[in-house]
Amino acid sequence: MPKIIQTSKVSSITKINDFVVKFANVNGSGSASANTMFAKSIFRMGIPVSPHNIFPSNIQGLPTWYEVRISEAGYLGRREGVDLMVAMNEQTIKKDIEAVVPGGYVLYDSSKTLPNELVRDDVHYLPIPLKDICLREYDKPNQRQLFKNIVYVGALAAFLKIDFKILTDIVSDQFKGKERLILPNVHALELGHQYASDNFECPLNLQLKHSNKTAAKILIDGNTAIGLGCVYGGATVASWYPLTPSTSVVDAFSTYCHRLRIDPGTGKKKFSIVQAEDELSAIGIAIGAGWNGARAFTATSGPGISLMQEFLGLAYFSEVPVVLFNIQRVGPSTGMPTRTQQGDLLACAYASHGDTKHVLLFPSSPKECFDFAVDAFDIAERLQTPVIVMSDLELGMNEQICDPLQWNDKRKYDRGKVLSAEALESIQRYGRYLDTDGDGIPYRTYPGTHPEKGSYFTRGSSHDAYAAYTEDGNVYAEVMDRLALKMRTAVKYLPKPEITAQGKHQLGMLYIGSTQSAIQEVQDNLAKKGINLNTMRIRAFPFHEEVKQFIDQHELVFVIEQNRDAQLKSLLKIECNINEQQMCSILSYNGVLITPTHIEQAILQTMPKLARSNEVPA
Amino acid sequence: MSYISKPKFKHPLLKTNDLGLTRRDYEGSLTTLCGGCGHDSISAAIIQAAAEMSLEPHRVAKISGIGCSSKIPAYFLSKAHGFNSVHGRMPSVATGANIANKELYYVGISGDGDSASIGLGQFCHIVRRRINMLYIVANNGTYGLTKGQLSATADLGSKTKSGEESLYDAIDLATLAIELGASFVARSFSGDKKQLVPLLQAGLKHKGFAFIDIISPCVTFNNTDASTHGYKNTWDNYVALSAIDYVPMRKEISTSYAPGKVKEIKLHDGSAIHLHKTSDDYDPYDKENALHHINAYKKQGKIATGLLYINQTTSDLHEIQDTFDKPFNSLGNIELCPGNAALTNINDTFR
Repeated sequence: MPKIIQTSKVSSITKINDFVVKFANVNGSGSASANTMFAKSIFRMGIPVSPHNIFPSNIQGLPTWYEVRISEAGYLGRREGVDLMVAMNEQTIKKDIEAVVPGGYVLYDSSKTLPNELVRDDVHYLPIPLKDICLREYDKPNQRQLFKNIVYVGALAAFLKIDFKILTDIVSDQFKGKERLILPNVHALELGHQYASDNFECPLNLQLKHSNKTAAKILIDGNTAIGLGCVYGGATVASWYPLTPSTSVVDAFSTYCHRLRIDPGTGKKKFSIVQAEDELSAIGIAIGAGWNGARAFTATSGPGISLMQEFLGLAYFSEVPVVLFNIQRVGPSTGMPTRTQQGDLLACAYASHGDTKHVLLFPSSPKECFDFAVDAFDIAERLQTPVIVMSDLELGMNEQICDPLQWNDKRKYDRGKVLSAEALESIQRYGRYLDTDGDGIPYRTYPGTHPEKGSYFTRGSSHDAYAAYTEDGNVYAEVMDRLALKMRTAVKYLPKPEITAQGKHQLGMLYIGSTQSAIQEVQDNLAKKGINLNTMRIRAFPFHEEVKQFIDQHELVFVIEQNRDAQLKSLLKIECNINEQQMCSILSYNGVLITPTHIEQAILQTMPKLARSNEVPA
Repeated sequence: MSYISKPKFKHPLLKTNDLGLTRRDYEGSLTTLCGGCGHDSISAAIIQAAAEMSLEPHRVAKISGIGCSSKIPAYFLSKAHGFNSVHGRMPSVATGANIANKELYYVGISGDGDSASIGLGQFCHIVRRRINMLYIVANNGTYGLTKGQLSATADLGSKTKSGEESLYDAIDLATLAIELGASFVARSFSGDKKQLVPLLQAGLKHKGFAFIDIISPCVTFNNTDASTHGYKNTWDNYVALSAIDYVPMRKEISTSYAPGKVKEIKLHDGSAIHLHKTSDDYDPYDKENALHHINAYKKQGKIATGLLYINQTTSDLHEIQDTFDKPFNSLGNIELCPGNAALTNINDTFR
């Protein structure tokens, strides 16, 4: 029996710990847990890995992909081109095979013959009769379907030299509590491994080798990290309406609350989760709870942001703390619900009618999702205003390698300026909206604090410093000016931009959030071509002074963002009074994470123009 | 919304309650509603109810939506915090506030536009969630603040001052509340303080979601003889299904009804309602029976009032969710933060 079926004219690519494996599946077929197992095994081998789900807005039957970038160098962005395609979806197999780079591999289910038109002469085929193996080994229809996925993971273990012990450990971990499922899964892995070893020369030239790059790291998705951050940040009230891709934020909050927030003595819950009737109610509940002194949040995405506008204006104007997690997806309207975008910057920065401005935080890693979730509650209470944490589907729903989550046990929640009954005693006349400290932040009281003092009437209508209704335009303007001052004060409490200025380069890259995954690779690749760039990652809005300074210090700054209309650039123009000529947009809005290649090409294309205008750095 | 504060002068002979407070201590700012507005009678009834039952004013939170009705919280209990939120969304704000601190009394004030139109969804869902509060709708069948358009509670054929006739069936919030599981449902009339005050008192003390639909005529835009929400029609067609007395704890029964006609309903905190039925076959504990009586009167063009339905066996949201005994807004780091050791273990599950 020949060990390998050599169909290709092009010799196979040879790479260790640096390639892309993509799984093309039908959604609802049980592939997700098998694919996750694959990625996790690589992580446990110490090799940096970044899986990306590209999935449909559907429960069963439509195409779904799982793309795994493996990079010893630690590049976690998406790389275009596929080195090994696991082609399990007949609907998309033609395009999937076309996506493979010359010399790459296609693993497919050979229970059915591959049609001639799908045979390329420049790739290598790895036929495995997955269906036949499962028909032979399993009786139940659902097992026959589910185990096909595990069998191909077993085969990949042989092809790529995945540590088999690590795989079986993952199975044991995954089925803790359902031990009867461990053996059949391990058996399925062995079936695949066996078949590959018997019929092909294993491993392939694409190989994994144990490394030490992930030893201190964790592999976690952003939404789970946010859910945990809300537990650690002291949130007691979560009100929400299910909406992809934000749903798993509240799922995670619920899971960890049930584990960590049940009073041991009484069994009672130190949290409340309300699945509201819509997003209006979801944010209304959070605002009601925030007004009454509990830390409350809601999680949503674009369509929910649209619905929450009126309430955001109320919270801004009546100065009620509330935290909102916006896991952005592709808009406008329903858009592409299961694809990623940074398209809500303007809708959130100035949400609601009238003059408003909201604090935005831009996390770029799961660890920062955790940290910013915690910080958001402190900032919201310190400033008495909504704080919107701007994540996105890419960051929220994909597992990423990051530093472990950390909590400083000495840290105390900053509950902001809240007057106790004792403090009220010493005050002659309490004014809810009096700026006694000159920082634009007044003092608030919780309902029920003091029998005589501290009560006030919260309203979205125009009010004076004592919360009384007013139609006096000057008084109204004073309040609006103080709110503007408060937003200037806000900057002091917000995370500063992260700047890497390695030298006196004249070019800079400026970006937010999930774009981070591409940046190091862009910097390294362009440096090889003699183009050096400084970078700045903005982490909060309103912007710090450093943002304008950074832009002013460079001849040209590439503003990289994942939307069509250059919303971040617009914000910079509006807020920092920056000359359009100093900024050059690099935009990506096809619904998948921006790639380093896209950024590099955009920058390179700008180079001749720069050269002509004598602005290119030497 | 009122911005005129009332003079603080108290007459030395004003009666004081168990807390040593007079009726004046329960007042709010001076009303800015039209002279004769039913809503002002509601404020007055709330002030009387709270003063009589010695409610601590600052232990009440008043929450409203938008509209004439939603201005009412400014006109009573100025020592209580108030929240005039956005149109139709009082229920969600009240829900959140209630979750944050279960130890306060919550009074939600809304109107027919606020609860039966823009906020009908939120109204339905707060009933379902069984928030422990008193929810009042000041129902005048019209949009007063925008000058007299018909509202969704205006009865078919009812006419406003401008002659506009309601061409659609009315939404009855009281029967809707009963259907959706409210555990205390009453209807009253702003003009009948004798009936309204004990209903407010019982509603405040009822553990669970208490709803009172109060017909409260709009003197400016909807008080014609052709309006079913005007004073004339209400007085003419007003039928009490029941009359109640609210009996605080430790108080002797002061009213007397014919034996057998009075039913004592014990409330959660030991106070009681003495319920006097006006019809032998009416049973306020029976949902279907209550709905049958209300609808039977409605067919005759009559308005059934009084305590319509009560159920003391349901749990409120905090009981359903089994929340911690202390209010959430009193919890800090120690009670809420699991600490770094727990996080280290959690990190291990992501390796």
